[in-house]
Amino acid sequence: MTDKNQDIDQETGVETTGHDWDGIKELNNPLPRWWLWCFYLTIVWGIGYVIAYPAWPLVNGATAGLLGYSTRAEVATEIARFDDLNADLRTALAAADMTTLGEDQDLQRFAVAGGAAVFRANCSQCHGSGANGAKGYPNLLDDDWLWGGDIETIVYSIRHGIRNELDDDAHYSQMPAFGEILETEEISALVQHVRSLSGAEYDAGLAATGADLFLENCSDCHGETGLGDREQGAPNLADAIWLYGGDPATLEQTITYSRFGVMPPWGTRQVNAVAAYVHQLGGGE
Amino acid sequence: MNYVKLLVLSIVILFAAMGINFARDLAYQVHATLILFIAAGMFIWVLRRTDEPVVQVDSNGYMDGVVRAGVIATGFWGVVGFLVGVIIALQLAFPVLNLDWAQPFANFGRLRPLHTSAVIFAFGGNALIMSSFYIVQRTCGARLWGGNLSWFVFWGYNLFIVLAATGYLLGATQSKEYAEPEWYIDIWLTIVWVAFLVVFMGTIFTRRERHIYVANWFLLSFIVTVAMLHVVNNLSIPVSFWGSKSVQVFAGVQDAMTQWWYGHNAVGFFLTAGFLGMMYYFVPKQAGRPVFSYKLSIIHFWALIFLYIWAGPHHLHYTALPDWAATLGMVFSIILWMPSWGGMINGLMTLQGAWDKLRTDPIIRMMVVSLAFYGMSTFEGPMMSIRAVNSLSHYTDWTIGHVHSGALGWNGMITFGALYFLTPKLWGRTAMYSMSAINWHFWLATIGIVLYASSMWVSGIMEGLMWREVDAQGFLVNSFADTVTAKFPMYVVRALGGVMYLTGALIMVWNMWMTIRGGQKVAAPVGIPAE
Repeated sequence: MTDKNQDIDQETGVETTGHDWDGIKELNNPLPRWWLWCFYLTIVWGIGYVIAYPAWPLVNGATAGLLGYSTRAEVATEIARFDDLNADLRTALAAADMTTLGEDQDLQRFAVAGGAAVFRANCSQCHGSGANGAKGYPNLLDDDWLWGGDIETIVYSIRHGIRNELDDDAHYSQMPAFGEILETEEISALVQHVRSLSGAEYDAGLAATGADLFLENCSDCHGETGLGDREQGAPNLADAIWLYGGDPATLEQTITYSRFGVMPPWGTRQVNAVAAYVHQLGGGE
Repeated sequence: MNYVKLLVLSIVILFAAMGINFARDLAYQVHATLILFIAAGMFIWVLRRTDEPVVQVDSNGYMDGVVRAGVIATGFWGVVGFLVGVIIALQLAFPVLNLDWAQPFANFGRLRPLHTSAVIFAFGGNALIMSSFYIVQRTCGARLWGGNLSWFVFWGYNLFIVLAATGYLLGATQSKEYAEPEWYIDIWLTIVWVAFLVVFMGTIFTRRERHIYVANWFLLSFIVTVAMLHVVNNLSIPVSFWGSKSVQVFAGVQDAMTQWWYGHNAVGFFLTAGFLGMMYYFVPKQAGRPVFSYKLSIIHFWALIFLYIWAGPHHLHYTALPDWAATLGMVFSIILWMPSWGGMINGLMTLQGAWDKLRTDPIIRMMVVSLAFYGMSTFEGPMMSIRAVNSLSHYTDWTIGHVHSGALGWNGMITFGALYFLTPKLWGRTAMYSMSAINWHFWLATIGIVLYASSMWVSGIMEGLMWREVDAQGFLVNSFADTVTAKFPMYVVRALGGVMYLTGALIMVWNMWMTIRGGQKVAAPVGIPAE
């Protein structure tokens, strides 16, 4: 296209195409060799790849490719590899007597590692990735247990959950909302008595009134001295460990409106492993 | 003619008033109110001019008023978009900045689409529209076709942005990335976009140059393809005429495939082809050198637009999308590598014989850095589309780093260069008010991008490795929260990079303002088309 045109760029000595738009010209340089060869190379590679891997849609399905690769098969292979590797331990754990798990070192290690992985993915959202809990979600590192800290109770709690509607065997208990039963002043008095149980600062005058109210209304579940009752999931009020908070305002709220913490049921899959992990965190009995 | 306008505006006012009354949600009601006020204002404006003598405007020279408005809008939206970006970067590092009292409006989930739309569509879109209008006139030697239609495009497009942005804050969204605006906003954008195409094509048809310049090929491919992508990906049925909610026509993996066909080609045709059009004009103009290779521009143009459209499925590796589709997306992405680089080579080699300007001209330096980031991210993109690499990089911050090295580096820097080129020319000044301010902007932006991109690479690769880490028995080692905690320092560095980039943009806006306001006017440049 430049036969008739002999406009040569002074700087480079290359001829231009003779076009000129608002002062912009174009040199007539050829395609850079390396660029062209790289382009060809990627095309050749592309042709090879679509022959080797699933690529061409047909009427039903698509070409499978010479290598027979599929992403689903890749994942399945990986899962199967670990399944085979762990098959014996998995069978052993599912059938294990959890109370004597510690006697088999390998099985114990396997259970804790597996339980930790499940915990990180499924439990840490509420209980924290370090299992130290949060307001409303129990700390699993200490030895204060609502429903019991022996391995079998932990298995049960994880398997069936707490106060959920999904599992009929879930732990269940409900504290009444005392705002509908007691007067505001009575609740304030109760708060002071409850604080006195764990040695917190309290108002002696109010606490004396509160003590009577406690015996009347609360001791059935929490016990006369406030030590709680694991049969009913009634928290120990004397250990200065609080699920929602032990300050007067929070206690007042708890007594007035009650609490209703829910945990979903986990089912049977890997439940022994999770229980083994939780049990060895520090508070297991 | 004015009576027709008044009639149309009255109908709009009537419907807007009904919209306010029947609105089923807040976003729709606010938008109807906004439209009511705009239409009422226009009604009064038209009414006052009706039956008055018509003022003749000079329609011989280039139509630059709309380009000037576009330059200002680009600067304004750039600052808004970068600012929201800095805010959400800080929200990720310090979640308390989601501000309880400002809920639900100021949470990350609503501000994030505001950021992406503000930078891509408001900043990038205004930059593309105004430079299309500028370039097509200069390289065709013709005034913009269609009279005031280009003003309709400018105001219509900016109305689209305001509707989209306020919609996000008020909770109206289709939940499709980069296609969040709801149905009535989509319809409005379609009308505006067709008008844009008509203005552009009309100008090309009335050109006084025999050949069409390469920049215009890219700009035309950008306009046509974006229209197609926008219409297909936004096919939806409104739940009610008086509400913002709509339901997508496609479902499941078909919807995902359509979305990423759109999403990837928004990158390909909006942020790549469109900006290459800008590059092909502003780089040779600023360097004062001819384009390196006409042949390369032809080959890489056709290769780029043919290959890009197939690359979308690489966004859906390891999903419900069938393997064959993912393979094709990956293969096309890799073959796309060289065609993408063609633009970089043509841009950089245009400086052949003018490399010394890198020392003296910060605007050229910006353009070169822009091309360098373009080259880097168009290498990184094909690499990340490889299935094995993607299994590590997908869903991590690496993707965010990749996007931003492209957006801040390539799109941002070439736009800054264009704004510095255009501002003195459009307002008849000899040069920008302050050269040293441009230098400051250059360094702040460049260091900001480096901090941003490198922190996101580190964070993304670390995150990907932590997610997939399993012990000898195949159990996961890390919880998701562990990865979030580990990323904190990188989030702070990223926010710092963003602050630097924003500061640079503020300096630019100040510099533009001083250039426009002060200084002696030089004789207005008049384009003389070549024969």
